[in-house]
Amino acid sequence: MTTHAPILPLLIPFAAALLQMACSRLACQRLIGLAAATLLVLITAWLTLLADDGQLRVYALGNWPAPFGIVLVLDRLAAAMTLLTAVLCFVSLLYASSGFDERGLHFHPLFQLQIFGLTGAFLTGDLFNLFVFFEVMLLASYTLLAHGGGLAKTRAGISYVVLNLVGSALFLIALGLLYGTLGTLNLADLAHRLTLPGHDQALARLSFALLIAVFALKAGLLPLSFWLPHTYTAAGAPVAALFAIMTKVGIVAILRVQTIALAPAMPDLLDNWLTTLALATVVFAALGVVAAARLRALAAWLTLLSAGTLLVTPAQANAQVDAAAIYYLVQSTLAGAAFFLLAGVIAEQRGRAADHLSAGPAPQAAWLKIAFLILAITIAGLPPFSGFVGKLMLLTTLREVSAGAAIWMVVLAAGFMVMIALARDGCYLIWKYRVAAEAAPAIVWQRATATLLLVAAGPLLAVMASPLSEYAERAASQLHSPGAYVASVLGPLGAGRKATR
Amino acid sequence: MEGLLAIAIGALTTCGVFLILRARTFPVLLGLTLLSYAVNLFLFASGRLQLGAPPLIRAGATYTDPLPQALVLTAIVIGFGMTAYLAMLALRGLAESGSDHVDTRKEP
Repeated sequence: MTTHAPILPLLIPFAAALLQMACSRLACQRLIGLAAATLLVLITAWLTLLADDGQLRVYALGNWPAPFGIVLVLDRLAAAMTLLTAVLCFVSLLYASSGFDERGLHFHPLFQLQIFGLTGAFLTGDLFNLFVFFEVMLLASYTLLAHGGGLAKTRAGISYVVLNLVGSALFLIALGLLYGTLGTLNLADLAHRLTLPGHDQALARLSFALLIAVFALKAGLLPLSFWLPHTYTAAGAPVAALFAIMTKVGIVAILRVQTIALAPAMPDLLDNWLTTLALATVVFAALGVVAAARLRALAAWLTLLSAGTLLVTPAQANAQVDAAAIYYLVQSTLAGAAFFLLAGVIAEQRGRAADHLSAGPAPQAAWLKIAFLILAITIAGLPPFSGFVGKLMLLTTLREVSAGAAIWMVVLAAGFMVMIALARDGCYLIWKYRVAAEAAPAIVWQRATATLLLVAAGPLLAVMASPLSEYAERAASQLHSPGAYVASVLGPLGAGRKATR
Repeated sequence: MEGLLAIAIGALTTCGVFLILRARTFPVLLGLTLLSYAVNLFLFASGRLQLGAPPLIRAGATYTDPLPQALVLTAIVIGFGMTAYLAMLALRGLAESGSDHVDTRKEP
């Protein structure tokens, strides 16, 4: 059973998508989708526990050995990321099943294919396969973004698709260069061959720089982040909640390539520029948070802010920092997704004012106001919830690094701006109201449950901070032992081989 | 041979980038298509150019690297699907806004 375990997070959503395409009744599709999501949560939770024994589980597709065939690699980070994907999948699907999925065709199969792409991107150990899973994920995201229709979505969709197609072209150029220079696209084999003499150092550097640039586009690093806010604002609430993890795919990809291939062979590739640009992203996003005129736009800028904060970490090449980053990544993804869902619920309650940050009818349900308060505290990084724990861990570990002072200043100032913006917006939503002319519609239970589940993640992750951060530390130390990764993927074959080019 | 291929890739990329920077969806679409041609040729060249050699390894005979050909095939399929989707999206933008500007904005 455990031999085939790493491929299960791919097979479940893929099989669900096929079943849903065969059975076109919406009720049936919802049932399959939610069942698959539940199964995926259980399986990935089991995988996360399974991966915690420190052993790398390598799954060779078609049983072709590593440098020739495609491998999936299950380590602690990949398992944790698939679990995070599964949780977001379940919650977003629950929210979408209350009527959002009726607004267009084929929502459910596309949603499952997006999950398929996401889990694949986290699990794969081959760069071309990573490209393929990126494309699966992106193609599904293009259509999910347009789900529901309307000019705003089409407008955001065109620029999003064009930009990502250019990104894909760059990705392919980087892969071509890598293959031409090093003669392989398997990540472990690349890392192995980079340490051997006899290849063009400059070309290898160039291709890795291109690769990092493509991942930075997905992650939303500053000169490449202008697409992110309006795309995420235009997306429907459950889709945007799932998109909250898409920027993290880029960050995890950078982290993986950096620790496995770059750290041993060219440790200076990310120096200076990545941290500087990441801090610029944080400043840019903090300004956007203050300037946002709608709750959904605020959520989009907050996603960018957390991505910028996380992009500070890869260039430090420090296991302690990356451990904090993994915890911060999990909690900020859940909080960001919760904010999108909450914005969706609040928008329905306020009639014509929707989610615009102006005086309108206040939401009637008391739990909405409390949920907003808890979520705002989590996101602003105030004690006692997970945002505070994450930021504390990140800043404590970043104190040691060379650019530590600058990082502290920018991150803390950005946090202060977020706090001000959220306090102001909370006043608009809850206190500064006009009496509603018409009664607000009742909140559907699926939407309430989905939102509350994600809002509850803030306190829950803070309570479980100790085991989670220890897991993150183990995941980071596993990530920072590239030798073990290369040895387990290539096996005894890798040790004796020479570079052929 | 190498020079010819390099010039072809360069010309396709130049035209592609120029067209992508246009403000209307149709030229942008054409530009992306040209860029994907350039990328496919580039990927193909990454396995080194061999004339008249099969992608099979036999003792003593020259062979060409089969992997880039497989990669190009995958890239072509994905690029084709993406371009088709973008064409549909551009048409929808045109239908919804009456303008083929990439921002679906009316010209002043």
